[in-house]
Formats: sequence, structure tokens, C-alpha cells
Amino acid sequence: MGEAYVYVKPENFKKACLYFHEKLSSPVAIMFACDERADKKGFRVYCGFMGIKHRAWVFVTMDVPQDSLEFESIANDIYSAGLFEREIKEMFGVSAKGNPDLRRLRLHDEVWPEGCYPLRKDFKIQSAPAAEKKDYVFNKVDGEGIFEVPVGPVHAGIIPPGHFRFSVAGEPIINLEARLGWTHKGIEKLFEGKDADFGARLSECVTGDSAFSNSAAFCRAVEKILKIEPPEKALLLRAIFLELERIYNHLNGISGIAIDVGFSFPAGFASVMKEKMLCLNQKLTGSRYLKGVNIAGGVLVDLTAWKKKALLKALGEIEKDFKELKGMLYSSVSFMDRLDGTGVLKKKTAEDLGVLGLVARASGIEKDLRKDFPGIYAKAGFNLMRESSGDVMARLNIRVSELEESISLIRQFVDMIKQDNADLQERMKLREGVGLGYIEAWRGPLLYWVKLNKSGIVERCKIVDPSFHNWEGLCYSVLGDIIPDFPVCNKSFDLSYSGNDL
Amino acid sequence: MISIIKNRIIKGIVTKPIKLDSGLEKIGHELKGLVYKRFGRSFHVREVDTGSCNACESEIISTTNPIYDIQRFGISFVASPRHADCLLVTGPVSRNMRLALIKTYEAMPGPKFIITCGDCALDGGVFKDSYYVENGVKDILPVALHIPGCPPTPLAIIKSFLTFLKK
Repeated sequence: MGEAYVYVKPENFKKACLYFHEKLSSPVAIMFACDERADKKGFRVYCGFMGIKHRAWVFVTMDVPQDSLEFESIANDIYSAGLFEREIKEMFGVSAKGNPDLRRLRLHDEVWPEGCYPLRKDFKIQSAPAAEKKDYVFNKVDGEGIFEVPVGPVHAGIIPPGHFRFSVAGEPIINLEARLGWTHKGIEKLFEGKDADFGARLSECVTGDSAFSNSAAFCRAVEKILKIEPPEKALLLRAIFLELERIYNHLNGISGIAIDVGFSFPAGFASVMKEKMLCLNQKLTGSRYLKGVNIAGGVLVDLTAWKKKALLKALGEIEKDFKELKGMLYSSVSFMDRLDGTGVLKKKTAEDLGVLGLVARASGIEKDLRKDFPGIYAKAGFNLMRESSGDVMARLNIRVSELEESISLIRQFVDMIKQDNADLQERMKLREGVGLGYIEAWRGPLLYWVKLNKSGIVERCKIVDPSFHNWEGLCYSVLGDIIPDFPVCNKSFDLSYSGNDL
Repeated sequence: MISIIKNRIIKGIVTKPIKLDSGLEKIGHELKGLVYKRFGRSFHVREVDTGSCNACESEIISTTNPIYDIQRFGISFVASPRHADCLLVTGPVSRNMRLALIKTYEAMPGPKFIITCGDCALDGGVFKDSYYVENGVKDILPVALHIPGCPPTPLAIIKSFLTFLKK
């Protein structure tokens, strides 16, 4: 399951990207720049596609010379590249010529000066001039009777910050623009200059509810660079923990969907089950959010005999409770009625936006890294549920079926653990290079592209959380619905603010 | 409906009459008495995320689930700073959130105070000295109490409230 790098001249970049975009029928999965002015006198831009048929990731790369700082935008032909180009512009000052929208995503105009590019190697915080306090310009919908409803960044619930600007005519939403970046912490820069051990811990703080998948993806990237393969038992344990993470998050999502339409009993029931899963996590790993498990080369936590027993027992209980929960949800006509046809994301829209993961599967796009790039999952059998209606109902169904599949997967993986005293880590040998770590987190594919130098220090780490693609999907799915439906649509997507803002 | 009633009867009360050695119930009743005395019946908390990874939010929400049910002790989370006695802040304070945090604090009626939750809200935690974080809340607004942990468990959050209100 390799990576192929296709190096092209800047003038052929667009052509090459278009070729792979069509050939692999993949949206732009990851696109980023690297400051290589020290040895190559320019910025290297990478654009990565997912080649499911060939089981390979294809990167088109080029060098943008430091005296031009421009390349031809591909966003007019491949929509999913648009946000990445905005990101490259704000972080490196390398602009995509022809991209109609180069507003900044995360470095807000009110607090960060223009012309100050934090991901450049020579960036120094002390040298940053004061901000010019410009205001952000939202897309405007004009017309009689249209008014705007601004929401956020501080919301009424206990949720992270984001600003949503609704344009409504009467009740229906005509346009929704999400302005994010409020939780930007400069994580990619923090990785630089640190070793892989620190990186594994830092990656756990990228998105709190996907702490395990983040560190697993980071460690995969490092392992690929160092050309080491963790022992089989370590891979099995990772798969088990990944599914545990999926279970508690899906329970959380189901609980949230129920509470956002005011169906409080099942919501409470699901949150009790989530708490049970978190307690199980703590029993197994010492951390409720599965932190501190991964390390480059393997895992630090073993699944001993008593833990195995506790795990299987808890799964049995959850399975039984979940059946009951399902009965409650699906037997309530008013609940079903509320979800059916709400927040529809059409397949074509989802494809164009490059939407991934759970949300994509609810809109009829059958993609899942566990199937497409299986690794250890090749040994286990599971069904991939796909829905085609793309509404809140479909996203609930996907969660329900995935949760059940996860329980069966964990049982299969536990059965596969044969030796009790097998090694859990592979020794590391330092090596320089680049590598892509990927994992199907519960939201969707989570990508870590890492560059290490000779002494094992991270030189660049690019993170793409599926939320980065899926936020746009949310903005499209609510069109035509009413604002009171927004919370339930939002919860059915359940995207990460922190993973998007980095 | 039948399934709900059945479940309700079979499961009974899930709220922990806590068997855990920690004695949550005892803490809770003590807490309730204090809250009644000091805040005139109830204690209202407004939560603001200034850039956390969302694990702290997850745990704060957990304190309101049927197992921990912090509300039975007279502590409730409110939707507006105007209703709040206390501001619970998570995250290392991203530059983007600095103004929003200050405005939220200013919108609260006095007497008011701030509690920070999670390691990064203290001094930036793992995000310390990044170009875009303010290294915690304490340099921006007065902080009365810090709840350590990454993230702190629901029990730790409830316990910290008690220790603080006792003072």
C-alpha cells in the first residue's frame, strides 16, 4: 500500500492533477506546501489523491520558486482543492493564481497581520507586526426580505466555538457560511523540531474525541518512514482500540441526535452507555480517551487475560442495551419523522465537495479505508453499510450499523490474539524521509503526512481531519431547511472544530 | 413508548448512589448544601471553549449525564453568560478567541468568577508557546480555581467544585 510521488514542472501541475483526479476518481485528499527554501530555493507543493483501485496514494508535486510565490490554481476544476489552496496561501504566502476565494481560514484578519506566514521556516513570533484589525467579509445574499442571522463563536451549549452566518428568506435557509478557525492553535508548527515520541503525544491533543486515531495515524506515518512494521499483536490491539473509539463516539452521536430533537430518554440512555464505554477504556488503558497507547513502532498497552474478559463482558452488555436503544428510537414515529428528509446532502454534491467518511457513506459514496486499504482489517469480515438518502436519518442508520459491526470486529480481533506474551513494539532505526499515515477514524479518513530528518526530528507534519472536507458538506445540507433544524443536522455530521482548525 | 417504560422499570435509577470509593454522593450532598447557602439555591455555570481539543467539553457534558447528574446538586450549565455566576473556561486561549472570552466575561453580572478546566487552560499545556495561543487564561482574566487533568474526569470536576465552594 504504497505512495507514489509524481514530480512535475509548475506549468504541468494542473494538468497532472486533473489527470489523476479523473483517473482515480478521487477528490483532493490532501494538499499542502513545504518550506524548502534552504536547499531547493523554493516551496514544494504536494497534492495527494486516493487511488482505491490501485491501493496507492498518488502525490503530484512541484517546486514553486521563492521569487515567484505563485502557482496556477486547480480549484476552478477540482472544487475540493479550494480550501487547501487558501490554507497554503495563509500559511506560506504562496498563492494559487485564479482561485476566486483566497480569504484566510484560520489566521483571522482581526488578530493576525497579513504578510506574516507562520509555517515558513524563518518565521519568528517576535517579528510579527501588529494586526491591522480588518473585518472579515462574508458572502452576501441580496434580495427583498432576506436577512442574516449570525450565530457564534460562543454557542449556547457546551460545544467548541465556530461562527455561522445564515441568510434566510422567511424560514428557509438560503445560504450558510461557516467561519471557523477559532480554535486554531498552530499545531502543525508545534510538531516541527520535535521527535516522534513527543509527536505521538501531541497528536492526541489534536481532536480529543479521536485521540487514539490521531496518534495511530501519526505513528503509521513515522513507521512507514523508518520502514518498520509493528508486530501483529500490536496491530490487532490498535484495531481493537480504534473500534472502541468508534463505539463511544457513535453512542455520543446518537445521543446528540436524539437530544437535538428533544427525545430525552434515549439520549440519556445512550449517554449512560457512552459513560460505560469510557470506563471500559480506562480499565483497559488507564485513559478514558485512549491516550498514551500508541508509540511509533507499536503500542504501550497490552490486553492481558483479565482485560480481555472485561472487554468481552462489557461488549455483551453494550450489545444488549443497544438493541433496546434501537427499539426505542425506531419505534417512535415522531422521532423518525423529524429525521427523515432533514439535512439532505446529495451524492453529486458530496462527490464534488470531496466529502469523506461516515457522512459520505450516508450519501451513497462507498469509501472506507478499512476496506480500501485494509491492513489488518483484511483478516476480519465486516459489512460496509451504505445509505443513499443523505439525510439525518441516513447518518443515524450508518452510525447504528457501524456500531454493531464494530462490536463484531472487536470480537474477531480478540479471537485472533494468539500469543499472550508477544512483543508489542518494534525497535526503531532512525532514517530520513517522508510518509503518509492514514486511518479510518470514526469520522472518516484521517491523514498525517510527516517528514523526518536524519536525527528523527519532525520537519513538517500536515494533518487532514475529515472534518476539513465535511464542514462544507454541512453548509450545503441545510439549504432549504429551517434554522431550528440546524442543531440536529450539525450533530448528525458531528464534525471536529479543533481537528479542522488545528 | 412501551419500550421506554419497560427500560425505565428494568434499569431503575442509574444515577450512581455511588459505590465508587470516592463517595460522590456524600460530596454531592455537602455541595448542595453549600450551593443553597452561598448562591441562593442554585449555582449557574457558563462554559466557554477557547480552543481546547474538545475532550474537556466531552467530560463536562459527562457530568450532566444520568450517572453523575451534577444538576441534582444545584449546579447547572446555562446557555447565556447573563445567567451565570461562574465562567468555566477550557483551552489554551487561541488568539481568535481572546476577544470572545473577554466579551463573555464582561456580559456576566457580578459577583462572578472564573474556573479553568484542563491542563492547557492553565498555561497552554502541550500547546504552550505556540505562535497562536495566549498560554492560558490567567494573564487575560482573573482565575479563581484551576481543575487539572488532560482531560479531568467528571468526578474530578465535581470534586473541584466542592473544594472550591467550601472555601
